[in-house]
Amino acid sequence: MQSGMIPILKVGGILLASIQTELNDTSAQAFQQDVLKAIERTRSRGLVIDITGLDMVDTFVARILTDSGRMAKLMGTETVLVGMRPEVAATLVRMGFSMQGVHTALNVDEGMALLATLRSSRDGE
Amino acid sequence: MPARVLATQEMKIASEDDVVLVRRAVRSLAERRGFDSFASAALTTAVTELGRNIWIHARHGAAIIEELEDGPRPGVRVEFKDQGPGIPDINWAMAGGNSTASSLGLGLSGTKRLVDDFQIQSEVGRGTSVRITKWKRF
Repeated sequence: MQSGMIPILKVGGILLASIQTELNDTSAQAFQQDVLKAIERTRSRGLVIDITGLDMVDTFVARILTDSGRMAKLMGTETVLVGMRPEVAATLVRMGFSMQGVHTALNVDEGMALLATLRSSRDGE
Repeated sequence: MPARVLATQEMKIASEDDVVLVRRAVRSLAERRGFDSFASAALTTAVTELGRNIWIHARHGAAIIEELEDGPRPGVRVEFKDQGPGIPDINWAMAGGNSTASSLGLGLSGTKRLVDDFQIQSEVGRGTSVRITKWKRF
């Protein structure tokens, strides 16, 4: 299985994965494993997945992304999916797909801000 | 008056990469024919779902891409054909939430919602054919 195709960077305590190339089933699955391993390795408390570069997200890739978020949550990390294009959002909703298990935000900045809020509310409990 | 077929292109589907090639061909055709980005994304997503079905369930098949014209209105039709195992119960398969293999259950019903026309025929042991059509909106 190909691995390391999508760069996963640590930025100020959180992980940022920016998907710039269209994913097929194999690379999407590789990404899921890479991102979970990166969480374990870097002990990051937040993950931002930027999909600005994707002009199409089919149900398989959408499922991989939401599952990744739910898996990360089991590990103790919140995930924010950012940068979904209007065409992608419209298509997924029309297909009946709901992005359960992940937070969403407009862009990377907003995603980072949301993670900070989620973390402070959790730490405050 | 039936729609006129301006051009036909057949592409094989025998690998995951072939699905990507078919998706790219359809996207570029939709753009060339003046589809807006929403219609283009819907069509390309439908093509990816159906192409993947062939790869996952039948392993081999073909996509026949047609450029259509209905009066002044451009359209794209894609037929996905395979000689795979076929679908025993199309109504069940078309109902949302049902899934086999590694599909997700939204596949066929979700795909139908993305296009203007959706025709499916399947015979167990003989194969499946799905034909989708999308028209440019003005």
